Amino acid sequence: MSAPDATPKRASHRLAETAHQNDSARVKAGMRAFISDFGPTAAIFMEACVHCGQCAEACQFYVETGDPRYTPIHKIEPFKQAYEREAGPFALLFRALGLAPRVTLEELNQWQDLLYDSCNMCGRCSLICPMGIDIADLVEKARHGMFEAGLVPPDYLGAIAEKERSTGSPFEITQEHFRQTLLEIGKKYGVEMHVDEEKADVVPTVSSIDIKMFPASMAAMARVLNHIGVSWSFRTDGFDADNVSLVAGDRKGQRAVTEAIVAAAIHCKAKTLIMPECGHSYTEMRWEAANSVGKRLPFRVLHISEYLAECISDGSLKVNRVSQSCTFNDPCQISRRSGASAAPRAVLSALGADLREMPDGGDMNWCCGGGGGVALIGRAQALRDKAFQIKMRQVEATGADTVYVSCSGCRQTLEHGGKKFQWNKTVGSLLELVSDNLATIERVLP
Amino acid sequence: MTLLDFARGPALYWSVLILIGGLVWRLSGVLFLPFQRNLATPRGGGIEPVYGAISTIFSRMLPHREFWHRTAVGGMLGYAFHIGLLVIVVGGAAHVAVIKSATGLSWTPLPKGIIALVSGMTFTVLIIVLIRRLMHPVLRLLSNFDDYASLVLTIFPVLTGILLAGETFGSFGLLLAIHILSVTALMIWLPFGKLAHTVFVFFGRGALGANFARKGAAK
Repeated sequence: MSAPDATPKRASHRLAETAHQNDSARVKAGMRAFISDFGPTAAIFMEACVHCGQCAEACQFYVETGDPRYTPIHKIEPFKQAYEREAGPFALLFRALGLAPRVTLEELNQWQDLLYDSCNMCGRCSLICPMGIDIADLVEKARHGMFEAGLVPPDYLGAIAEKERSTGSPFEITQEHFRQTLLEIGKKYGVEMHVDEEKADVVPTVSSIDIKMFPASMAAMARVLNHIGVSWSFRTDGFDADNVSLVAGDRKGQRAVTEAIVAAAIHCKAKTLIMPECGHSYTEMRWEAANSVGKRLPFRVLHISEYLAECISDGSLKVNRVSQSCTFNDPCQISRRSGASAAPRAVLSALGADLREMPDGGDMNWCCGGGGGVALIGRAQALRDKAFQIKMRQVEATGADTVYVSCSGCRQTLEHGGKKFQWNKTVGSLLELVSDNLATIERVLP
Repeated sequence: MTLLDFARGPALYWSVLILIGGLVWRLSGVLFLPFQRNLATPRGGGIEPVYGAISTIFSRMLPHREFWHRTAVGGMLGYAFHIGLLVIVVGGAAHVAVIKSATGLSWTPLPKGIIALVSGMTFTVLIIVLIRRLMHPVLRLLSNFDDYASLVLTIFPVLTGILLAGETFGSFGLLLAIHILSVTALMIWLPFGKLAHTVFVFFGRGALGANFARKGAAK
């Protein structure tokens, strides 16, 4: 296997809602979007950097390429400059003394590949920063700016984000299409499907990657929920949790996806909303949704791995033991960024799997390289493959034959990379592993 | 008014005023931004965010072990000159005397030989830090006027302090005046550039620690 070339590419062309506006208006729109949801925390992060460069050492794109442009804090440089010039406490002074030049659209354009192609928003850099700057959070805000300036990579992140905003689904999957898909999956896999029931305690959501690539995972979800014996239902009026808009930087689209799911869960009086094996959708629903809709959510939000661990713990989910050595690839957004790294380990432990942890695993895990929408940017493939070399070395070091994941984005990236580099590892879903090894339980009928 | 009178008088007075006023202005501009209430149900509620903030302020003094092998050089240099500056400021006999006259607090200063050794080491490390910033591809790319100005303004008081302690040239009064002026220059620049990390380091680590504790995330 050979490491691919990863020459950074300039943006090929612009995708923009503001494309018809002049450059200055686009820059202004971008900067407004960047600072519009700035509170004290983000402002502190902007002020605290000492340019020590340590964040570079936590970033797979820098570590694998040695290109200093991939230094995480450098990725928000034009926004930092604009903040100092326009919004910081000494903005007046900076402008008067000419210490922070005006940012141009061309500069923002030059930063497009840094903010999108080479950032997984994995937050590893946020753990190395001696000043405690959450750089991943700033990148997310910078992407808001890039979106409003019309500078999302069009191929094909921007394109599917647009579809998500207009249809609620990045692949334009309609409610009826989803309903039919679920019923077909139920028939094909011999599992009872619950769709659009008026009342359900548990509402699972899906990732559109599952619909397109891993339909068995939806059958697995249904099988596991049937086994647990809870009242549950998929909702076609709020099913697609993918939230491509979040990684594209489109806050309106992001909110629309979230609101649809929240409304659907409230409609059927859900007590628990289950997020699918997907990273960013979890952080959105778990940490952002309540703020997006402006009220506390009347239900719990759990990642499927958390729900499985909880049901194993309370005895409602019983699994057979498997005699298998494996490793687990922690999804950055669920483990490192959201504190749920114990859940998949509890599930694998209940299954009796011989879990071999990766070096730098758990909360310090390296991203698969596809997170933050990078998997959805065609031109980023060479760079992504380069970053993937770390993941291969990590897995190789465990000696395990199978890598389990609880994020379909990771799964897709690992499978793609595995094929490309003729890698002899099997990639499996944690949910499907559980579904395949459900113990027979006897229920006492009322 | 001699140069020493100027340094000890208006220069020191105004630089302290600018230092305090500048920091208060900069902190106010940040801390008084509209605060949005976080409505997400925390994983770690109650006092967890407070504990997270305080613990992260201390825990980030040391890197996570997974990073150490990649950041050892920069980390060691950082520790060396920060500790060196602290030892000089709180251990040097003349500094102890100044602190006593300003605050009434007093302690036994370190022997002159030790301060001389630490000063020499700190100066050398700061020069290495400057050269490294000019040579290292990442640091060179990140560096701007503020980075170099802050470094030079930190090196100056160390250098003038060494020259003063050794009474190397001119009169003692002249050397003392130059040393005090180099400190006033440092104080005047501090609130405007990255030297303000002397206060923002606590806020940065604290904010991240509180947020991540709320999520139960790795800090």
